[in-house]
Amino acid sequence: MAKISEDDVRHVALLSRLYFTDEEIRQFTKDLNSIFSYVEKLRELDTEAVEPTSHSLKLSNVIREDIITSPLPVDEALANAPEAETGYFRVPKIIQEY
Amino acid sequence: MTYESVIGLEVHTELATASKVFCGCPTTFGVPPNTQVCPICIGMPGVLPVLNKKALEYSIRTALTLNCDINEVTLFDRKNYYYPDLPKNYQISQNYRYLGVNGLLEIVVDGRSKRVGINNVHLEEDAGKLLHPSTASADYSLVDLNRTGLPLLEIVTEPDMRGIKEAQIFMMTLKNLLQYIEVSDCKMEEGSLRFEVNVSLRPQGQQAYGTKVEIKNLNSIKTALKAIEYEMRRQSRVLDEGNQVIQETRLWDDVEMVTRAMRSKERAHDYRYFPEPDLVEVRISKEWQEEIRRHLPELQDAKKRRFIEQYDLPEYDAQVLTSSKALANYYEECLRVYNVPKAISNWIMTEVLRELNERELEPDEFSVTPVHLASMVKMIDSGTISGKIGKTVFAEMVETGKMPDLIVQEKGLVQISDEKELAGIVAKVVAENPGPVSEFKKGRQKAIGFLVGQVMKLTKGKANPQLVNSLLREQLK
Repeated sequence: MAKISEDDVRHVALLSRLYFTDEEIRQFTKDLNSIFSYVEKLRELDTEAVEPTSHSLKLSNVIREDIITSPLPVDEALANAPEAETGYFRVPKIIQEY
Repeated sequence: MTYESVIGLEVHTELATASKVFCGCPTTFGVPPNTQVCPICIGMPGVLPVLNKKALEYSIRTALTLNCDINEVTLFDRKNYYYPDLPKNYQISQNYRYLGVNGLLEIVVDGRSKRVGINNVHLEEDAGKLLHPSTASADYSLVDLNRTGLPLLEIVTEPDMRGIKEAQIFMMTLKNLLQYIEVSDCKMEEGSLRFEVNVSLRPQGQQAYGTKVEIKNLNSIKTALKAIEYEMRRQSRVLDEGNQVIQETRLWDDVEMVTRAMRSKERAHDYRYFPEPDLVEVRISKEWQEEIRRHLPELQDAKKRRFIEQYDLPEYDAQVLTSSKALANYYEECLRVYNVPKAISNWIMTEVLRELNERELEPDEFSVTPVHLASMVKMIDSGTISGKIGKTVFAEMVETGKMPDLIVQEKGLVQISDEKELAGIVAKVVAENPGPVSEFKKGRQKAIGFLVGQVMKLTKGKANPQLVNSLLREQLK
């Protein structure tokens, strides 16, 4: 199996908006590789007869009726915002749509 | 060279539930910013989403109507990306096991039926809205999260449309269908129906697809068509010049009316989908599907057949009246007030539709409500006003929204059916128009039309025409 490179780690860090020193990148690369080889070991198990699982809980259809509950007062909704203005969250300027 | 365009669509429609898809916040459009939010949709740590049953049922209803296979087990996944309109930094969507797959929608192009494949139908949450202050110096954007978490159904087609007309007919057919099955109001001006388009060109006759371009930011059918048209022109120019079309995502600029490539870094999508651990699997049994299928609202064909049978309408009338659910409802509401199917149909097919088209209104936005129209037709039938005056009253209702009886009263438009009063006027007209009178007496039946017209003129159109006619014939014996 392909090993995780430092570039892979930098890429994932960028996608998660995390910023690391070169030292940290080296450390994470090492850690991630050892985690991956452990997961690789699990592949040795024969799972032929096992259904793919997305959740560990044996639950399905946890749903609610379409009933309105009262929303937060706008002051509370904005309480943790570093910046707010006339009922809006205020963020650094976004020029392009994604 | 002549190219053929190959078009696929991703359609997003907001489902008409009362509360959001994973929390109980209301979904009203146009309320003050951030007044329909709670810790769940605003992305506070430690909260748990719970799926809205109605959103799920509307999704199943749509998938069934689009002839999809329903996956008996469907799952939600996290689509990860950073953008300020997405407070959790991921969107709950579906990626690994969609709700519905392998569907199709039949459209009619130039009288011929064509099937457009539906790749999948899946349920996700909508994102918030960003506002950019118009002052150039402003170094910030504003975020309103009211829309965050609205149930959003995505319908993905196969690249089965050829040319702009097929794309247009598909979009209109789909919108009509979504309204018929009552899952979305499809109000494009409120963003309830949005489009992303994939367009590629290939030389006429070639089998293999060309390189496709995805266009985002299309908020109406009109805009989507403009963008497709622009993109077809752009790509054919690129190909004619011997260059390659680059596979990319482009944004529609509604001011400049062009599509623009996004910067390469923004193009690098890496959503790292993984199963949403906060939502367990959804099982949709065959019984549940059948239950939902049994309760499907009446679709256009069935409604049309019913209108022909129940109201004894010509097929043409039934076709026009059922062309949209809103119009069909308008018609039937009129009949509940005054049950004269053909007379009401005539008014709707002419005056009502003309005004709605000119003013670009939906029937439920029209100042002339079913009660207005039905009451007016009733006044004509009872002889209170003539059919001609009816048109005057109708125009007045369109402008003012006043009830017809009030208009008739205010403007003194009541039909004159008083025989004595009319006889006097008829005598006056006979005395003043010896020419036509003698013509009539000589046997020119047509001359009477002129005399009726004169009576109408004197009474400002209020005379009862049948009565005038018989009075004239009596006096001219």
